[in-house]
Amino acid sequence: MSKTTIIRPKKTLSINDFREIWTYRELLYFFIWRDFKVRYKQTAIGVLWAIFQPFMTMVVFSLFFGKLLKIPSDGIPYPIFVYTGLLFWQFFSSALSETSSVLISNQAIITKVYFPRLILPLSSVATKFVDFAISAVILVGMMIYYNYAPHFMGILVLPILLIITFMAAVGGGLFLAALNVKYRDVRYALPFFIQIMLFLTPVIYPASIAGEYSWLLALNPMMGVIQAARAGLLGATPINWSLIGISFFATAVILAVGVVYFKKVERYFADII
Amino acid sequence: MNKPIIEIKNLGKKYNITHQRGGYVALRDILGNIIRNPFRFARHKAKQITGANTREEFWALRNLNIEIKQGEIIGIIGNNGAGKSTLLKILTGITPPTEGEVIMRGKVASLLEVGTGFHPELTGRENIFLNGAILGMTKREIIRKFDEIVAFSGVEKFLDTPVKYYSSGMYVRLAFSVAAYMEPDILLIDEVLAVGDADFQKKCLGKMEDVSKETGRTILFVSHNLSAVKNICKRCILLQKGKIEAFGETGAIIDQYLSSAQSNKKAVHIFDKQNTPVSIDSVSLYDNDGRPQSDLPISENFRIIVEFSCKEKIQDAAISLVFYSSDQEIFLYSTNVDTTGKYGTYEKGQYKAIITIPAFLFNIDHYTFDVMLCTPKITIFGEQKGLSFEIVNINNPRSINFRGKHLGKTAFPLFYEIDQN
Repeated sequence: MSKTTIIRPKKTLSINDFREIWTYRELLYFFIWRDFKVRYKQTAIGVLWAIFQPFMTMVVFSLFFGKLLKIPSDGIPYPIFVYTGLLFWQFFSSALSETSSVLISNQAIITKVYFPRLILPLSSVATKFVDFAISAVILVGMMIYYNYAPHFMGILVLPILLIITFMAAVGGGLFLAALNVKYRDVRYALPFFIQIMLFLTPVIYPASIAGEYSWLLALNPMMGVIQAARAGLLGATPINWSLIGISFFATAVILAVGVVYFKKVERYFADII
Repeated sequence: MNKPIIEIKNLGKKYNITHQRGGYVALRDILGNIIRNPFRFARHKAKQITGANTREEFWALRNLNIEIKQGEIIGIIGNNGAGKSTLLKILTGITPPTEGEVIMRGKVASLLEVGTGFHPELTGRENIFLNGAILGMTKREIIRKFDEIVAFSGVEKFLDTPVKYYSSGMYVRLAFSVAAYMEPDILLIDEVLAVGDADFQKKCLGKMEDVSKETGRTILFVSHNLSAVKNICKRCILLQKGKIEAFGETGAIIDQYLSSAQSNKKAVHIFDKQNTPVSIDSVSLYDNDGRPQSDLPISENFRIIVEFSCKEKIQDAAISLVFYSSDQEIFLYSTNVDTTGKYGTYEKGQYKAIITIPAFLFNIDHYTFDVMLCTPKITIFGEQKGLSFEIVNINNPRSINFRGKHLGKTAFPLFYEIDQN
């Protein structure tokens, strides 16, 4: 008898919750594996969809915003400029919307089996990260084509940016997923919210147009991330560490709020879902 | 170790019943409400947010105290809504108790449904891994037992076919097999043996029994299938209205339960809205003259009317009735697909099904039945269990031949033509 389980009415957030996720890590892996396996079943071009979507968006944006509207791009060719932004933005937005509905779509499992519920949102963000990695191949191709080489700091900053994006998507996703269990309004509000966010984030325009107010925009974590990605990989501007700092701080707050709220309502998911 | 493996102290679970129309809150419904009744909506919303809204409380379980020793196989029986499933859900950790405490000394695994998490697009092989992981097995464990699981299920040939192409029998066998190879110290099982063919059920029960004898595994087994409970459980808990009515030797408890179930039969059952995609709203029994009746003459047709409502579009579903005779064997499994051969699609809305049962199909006996709307792949959209009726020996022209019960399970008359050559 290795293990003793004690079940009591109230449970507070503790280090044990995170230890529990570690013991269930194989299930996390299986969920990621399932989502990935299932997603492109019965499609003709399969995993190429992960590349096709951001690529076509890039082409259309380049045509309209770059060629016709002539939106400035810090002196970088517009296609590679917008693709860098899209890459991170689509990782964030698709992870956010996927995560927000992950509890609903796994309703059957939630009401029948116990496992730390945190695993589900984590798995859907991780699945989107695989998409990100695949579509990043295009960026590498474009960097070769346009003859850009990232400098040393650029490579160094990349993992930090990924961590921020990951944390922001998990944090926001946890909050929305938990909310969605009770109020299905999330389903209607989120696509709209994401659309608005796209325009508040420097994806199609450079962060520099905000001028001295850019610190305010950096409260939007994706702003700091995208700006730094362009700086690091394409050398558009020097890397602005204080913006990254603000973004990181904002992300930490989002993550904390998300985790706390999620844990607070988690135990009742099976009753109200 | 002398300490009991499961200790349940003062356990209670309270649900707040909010009287809300429909299953979940959709913006469209809210907007409709606002336009129709702006003031009431505002007042209601304000109450809801401030928590002043009066809610009805319902204790699904209260003051439960149970101690179970290692190696015991305990059956849990009781009527609908007695709290059996709630108890298991608390023990598994799916839902928290409102008060009290449970201590379980050992690795716990639960089986509230077979094939939980099975994905139709994945192959049999892939689903064994996914389902195993969901049931709490490690990857190493699954790999070690993989061949045994496959052999036990008997679906070797279709291992690399997506399970959506499986027949429902194959699907259930595969799902059972994965579950049969779990190795926890404490196993919690809910009603899962209600589906699947009888032979395979026996094979699974046998397997579970073997394992528990060998390794001293403790099993809690919730079921309506009293004969299964009788076969594998030495002791039994009878739950009634969230309380332990009796706890003791299985035979005696089952007798006590059956005598109370007799008094529970009704002609018209009306149910509360359920939290499932389909709610069975009412089930009623009518005799040949259209009177609500739960004592039905053997010599007349009778009708069962099932009213149900779908909260969303339901595809590939069948209305199924499962009848159990008083010895708790399945007497008849009947669905509306038996005659049409086609599963139906049900749009959101309310439905009424009238089922006519021919005279003499049932013998003189006490029968219980379950009503459900389900798919061939055992997804249950909505169900009501343990309803009952009595077939009585009145107006029976054949009484001339038999006194009391006709021999055999059914009393259905065959047609005889006898000529002299």
